[in-house]
Amino acid sequence: MYDTPLITHFDEPPCNTDISRIPGYTVTSMAVETRVLDDDCEAITGWGRTAPTLARVQRPRGHAEVAEALRTCGPRGAVARGLGRAYGDAAQNAGGTVLDMTGLDRILAVDTTAGLVVCEAGVSLHRLMEALLPLGWFVPVTPGTRYVTVGGAIGADIHGKNHHVSGSFGRHVTALELLTADGEIRTVLPGTPLFDATTGGMGLTGVILSATLRLLPVETSLMRVDTDRVPDLDELMARLTDGDHRYRYSVAWIDLLARGAATGRAVLTRGDHAPYDALPRNHRARRAPLAFRPGRLPAPPRHVPGGLLGRTSVGLFNELWYRAAPRSATGRLQSLPAFFHPLDGVPHWNRIYGPAGFVQYQFVVPYGQEEALRRIVRRIADRGCPSFLAVLKRFGAGDPGWLSFPLPGWTLALDLPTGLPGLGRFLDALDEEVVGAGGRVYLAKDSRVRPETLAAMYPRLDEFRALRAELDPRSVLTSDLARRLDL
Amino acid sequence: MKDAFGAPQSLLVLGGTSEIGLATARRLIARRTRVVRLAGRPSPALTAAADSLRALGADVRTVPFDALDTESHEERLGKIFTEGDIDMVLLAFGVLGDQARDESDPVAAVRVAQTNYTGAVSAGLVCAGALQEQGHGSLVVLSSVAGERARRANFIYGSSKAGLDAFAQGLGDALHGTGVHVMVVRPGFVRSKMTAGLAEAPLATTPEAVAGAIELGLRRRSETVWVPGALRLVMSAVRHVPRPLFRRLPV
Repeated sequence: MYDTPLITHFDEPPCNTDISRIPGYTVTSMAVETRVLDDDCEAITGWGRTAPTLARVQRPRGHAEVAEALRTCGPRGAVARGLGRAYGDAAQNAGGTVLDMTGLDRILAVDTTAGLVVCEAGVSLHRLMEALLPLGWFVPVTPGTRYVTVGGAIGADIHGKNHHVSGSFGRHVTALELLTADGEIRTVLPGTPLFDATTGGMGLTGVILSATLRLLPVETSLMRVDTDRVPDLDELMARLTDGDHRYRYSVAWIDLLARGAATGRAVLTRGDHAPYDALPRNHRARRAPLAFRPGRLPAPPRHVPGGLLGRTSVGLFNELWYRAAPRSATGRLQSLPAFFHPLDGVPHWNRIYGPAGFVQYQFVVPYGQEEALRRIVRRIADRGCPSFLAVLKRFGAGDPGWLSFPLPGWTLALDLPTGLPGLGRFLDALDEEVVGAGGRVYLAKDSRVRPETLAAMYPRLDEFRALRAELDPRSVLTSDLARRLDL
Repeated sequence: MKDAFGAPQSLLVLGGTSEIGLATARRLIARRTRVVRLAGRPSPALTAAADSLRALGADVRTVPFDALDTESHEERLGKIFTEGDIDMVLLAFGVLGDQARDESDPVAAVRVAQTNYTGAVSAGLVCAGALQEQGHGSLVVLSSVAGERARRANFIYGSSKAGLDAFAQGLGDALHGTGVHVMVVRPGFVRSKMTAGLAEAPLATTPEAVAGAIELGLRRRSETVWVPGALRLVMSAVRHVPRPLFRRLPV
């Protein structure tokens, strides 16, 4: 009788055992009925693997199917999901529908003279690189992973190591097609309120169907990189401030476990796309300068126990990472994946945090608030948070998106296992420092901020809410993130 | 919605005057909880409990609920869920009864069983269904070590908790993969008004400690929580003590 499904979440055929033969068993009607009626239902999490919720996953293949899914999604609404790289609950929708957009994966047109590409929202940046690099073009902005979709990149208004030069992803979108809750497909252009609400709008203004992107011309698929080891935070900030304008890409890997005089020691990597002439005479890339062949290691097993990333293991890793970096090296050639996406080399790397998952905390504090940044770094270091490969970067000018994350200032991103005792309270305390300094946390990474705190971080949140209320009065487009933070 | 650490924003306590229930509510309000619904029989104590939580800044309302009136559960509890998502349901009602009296008063004994077991089955199923429909949430069921092995001293209460415990475990398995999480909490002797005047058992604990264990269990998405944790080891030994010997133990 234990095989009898009390609550099924699929329409299963009746089980083979004839339960009426089991002594003492009578078939009665169950108080809990089968509520979820089909086998498309899945428990979904973000990349951090926290807070799973159940949703019906649909994989539309075209615009008509997306529109149909929105029309029939029921009272708990729908949200678009790309490759699931948002760390928190942005692309989850408990009890409702999640649209897996990776079926809309066509590159529709490429203009190789003007450097424009038109593609569907489910196309990944990886796919764009594969297709466009041989033509001598590169994506305008890439985050730390190329396994994000164009739709997701716009929805989160992502940034990359070139933010101080190029701004966020949304700045390079010249047009997008948006399916809004009323079933209409709108062409949305930069400079309009709907565009600014959609870039960074976490998919809550509509479902992005396709977009036109402005590309960056490159001569090779190699990067010319300067690497420097920096002994402490003050020196790091000074170096970033002085030198960033000379590089298109700049980022620092910072060791947040180092304490005392070494607090904030870092490996600074900065560079630009290597021009063809910069390749050494006999370099193999001279024959195929635009080749793109990223390698991948095997994935970690599905079930990794929790607690592997403690203070000791992460401390050791950070130490090795720091020591392995050259004290100072200029003009080294590096492949695109090695420079931009080292973690993409390990598929499913998020599994190493074990079943409890992890949170990524990314915040920005404006220039002039360096003291707040120092305080936060010191607090993290003093607490001994086992964060490996935290990233510090200087942003350029803020972006027009109403809920876009970047503002002119310092951004720090760090991964922390959720199992750390008291971590929730600790991050709440850091939020207060961030708000006090006029900064904010990044919604695409968030899985834990307080709704009240968020309102203080994003001054245009009310405008966003008002636009949503008008455009989508029944909240057809919604997500766990939207419910949690009342967006 | 729960955050990455399992802290709920909305909480429904079944048994709104339960000391463990209120200690848990206080603890969760300090984290993320803004909406609290206290379900219980209308009484000054329930109103006072609501006021005490309101003073902490939560939006609190009381809901009339009687564990013994299982007919009304579907409607009463269902209504709470129509007003908004409930991220966590804490099934905290229960009565200890008076073993000595109940042994000679079957009607009173049945009342213990009906409150602790039948009422909980009914309310548990109603809430499980609602949570399943919203696609997320935790159902936290207060069981007891008394249900782990029947003791001479309180087997009526113990048997009702044993039934509840088995029910909650099965429900948890049935709901596995649905986004709904069922957690069975097995406290030992808890110093509270329910146990006032009773001789204290070893490894006694407090409502606050149980609340802390619940918060931790939510973060870890645990399925079983013992309070204090050492009871898990103790009870795994006690479970295997031969009957003739167990009868003679002074517990």
